[in-house]
Amino acid sequence: MKTNRLLAWVAIAIGVVYFIVPLIGTFEFSLRMRRGEYSFDAYQSVFSDMQFRATFGYSMLMAFFTIIFGILLVVPTAYWVRLRLPQIRPVVEFITLLPLVIPAIVIVFGYLRLYNSSSFIPLTNSTSGTNALLMLSYITLSLPYMYRAIDTAMRSIDVATLTEAAESLGARWPTIMFRCIFPNVMSGVLSGAFITFAIVMGEFTMAALLNRPAFGPYLQLVGANKAYEPSALAIIAFAITWLSMGLLQLVSRLQKTAPRKA
Amino acid sequence: MNTANLIDRRKIVDWLGIAPFMIFAFMFLILPTLYLVTGAFFNPAGEFTFKNIADLAHPTILSAYWISIKVSVASSLGGAVIGFMLAWAVVLGGLPSWIRSGLLTFSGVASNFAGVPLAFAFIATLGRTGLVTLLLREWFGFNLYGTGFNLLSFLGLTITYMFFQIPLMVLILTPALDGLKKEWREASEILGASTWQYWRMIGLPILWPSLMGTTLLLFANAFGAIATAYALTGSSLNIVPILLYAQIRGDVLHNPNLGYALALGMIVITGLSNVLYIWLRSRAERWQK
Repeated sequence: MKTNRLLAWVAIAIGVVYFIVPLIGTFEFSLRMRRGEYSFDAYQSVFSDMQFRATFGYSMLMAFFTIIFGILLVVPTAYWVRLRLPQIRPVVEFITLLPLVIPAIVIVFGYLRLYNSSSFIPLTNSTSGTNALLMLSYITLSLPYMYRAIDTAMRSIDVATLTEAAESLGARWPTIMFRCIFPNVMSGVLSGAFITFAIVMGEFTMAALLNRPAFGPYLQLVGANKAYEPSALAIIAFAITWLSMGLLQLVSRLQKTAPRKA
Repeated sequence: MNTANLIDRRKIVDWLGIAPFMIFAFMFLILPTLYLVTGAFFNPAGEFTFKNIADLAHPTILSAYWISIKVSVASSLGGAVIGFMLAWAVVLGGLPSWIRSGLLTFSGVASNFAGVPLAFAFIATLGRTGLVTLLLREWFGFNLYGTGFNLLSFLGLTITYMFFQIPLMVLILTPALDGLKKEWREASEILGASTWQYWRMIGLPILWPSLMGTTLLLFANAFGAIATAYALTGSSLNIVPILLYAQIRGDVLHNPNLGYALALGMIVITGLSNVLYIWLRSRAERWQK
């Protein structure tokens, strides 16, 4: 057992070195902008860059709409499948897994061919159309995570009984959906929202190929042209990921303790 | 007659309920993919042909597939080995429990920390003026780049990809290792088995579907990734996603339908590894009840 524990510590030490060193390296590099001393100049340069603010804001807005429309698409579907169409569950689950199988670059390639200016639905003709297409592509990308999170939350509530109870009290469909189902799967909705946020903020392929001014392509551009700012941006991006994953874990922890109280 | 009508109506309502989802999936997931897949079998004039598929044998394209497969295999195997070690350490290594929760939390973050920023992090660490490169030279007089190492290469890309591969392995494998029952270990010890025999004849045979399956998942994960590689190497490293990216941007292959064939090749490879993953996972779940 002693050798076991020693080996375990060695394994953890290797892991810590591999994972921590790049983070320290990035942070150290981001401080090197001023010659001979450490400073936060690179961060200052990033935050004062108009492009940074514009693309960051754009991606935040995209993330917001992706989350809203993603939830409106997934929650009713997951609810309906559980309530009325359990036989179609495997099909829906398979579809939600497809974005993990088909690489993002292939999906967006298909969009560019199907929705270009000479097609039946020329979404890429206008800015708002392209924005909508980008949002739809983000919903596609986050579908596996969103669906899983919401479906897991729905497993722990009795959908049929809740619906019947609401119906017998005279509730109509919107009331059932938004005042009965949504609040009960809120933990799943929030988990899905946080992971979607993390995905959208860092996404590069879709936005670059659809030519939208999102945060991902901006990062790439800075990386190709500047020396110290990329490291500062990497630290910022890591903080964003950490924040959304931290909130996700917090939510799922609350979800686990909630039933015990009841 | 009347009741039959009612039943039909109810059924129609049932199916209408998931219509939005189905329409969405069809328009933005299935149709785009089908378009490319069928396009791979036609020439620009609209005639059916296998020429695009045959043209994939062009040396540039073959070498792109080959490098992509090499990077994906290396990073998924590396991720599997190190991820397994870490998962084993926190589940069976007798470490304090805060290490386990710390590792799992960190893995959740790191498995999502990919794309462009990951490339920046490794340039700042292992690039020509990166921290590790400088420290190796100052402390040990060791010139990393003198050994022929280059971050913008097969090895550099593999090391970088492992940053999101290892955590993914840890996240999937930890529950699988939790599923190894103490009784099996005790029973084998009572029967006189050594630790090696236990792992060779009980532990690994039970775990291998999870291990293999997850490795395949990591493979597909690396194969489709583009942002990290693009930010790291620009277009100097010829891997399939970058070639496809260049093709979409400016038809570098001078044949749009060859681009479709390139995409089809990617779908086939990631699709196969995912099908195998799902099949292996269903085998693995037998032991996790």
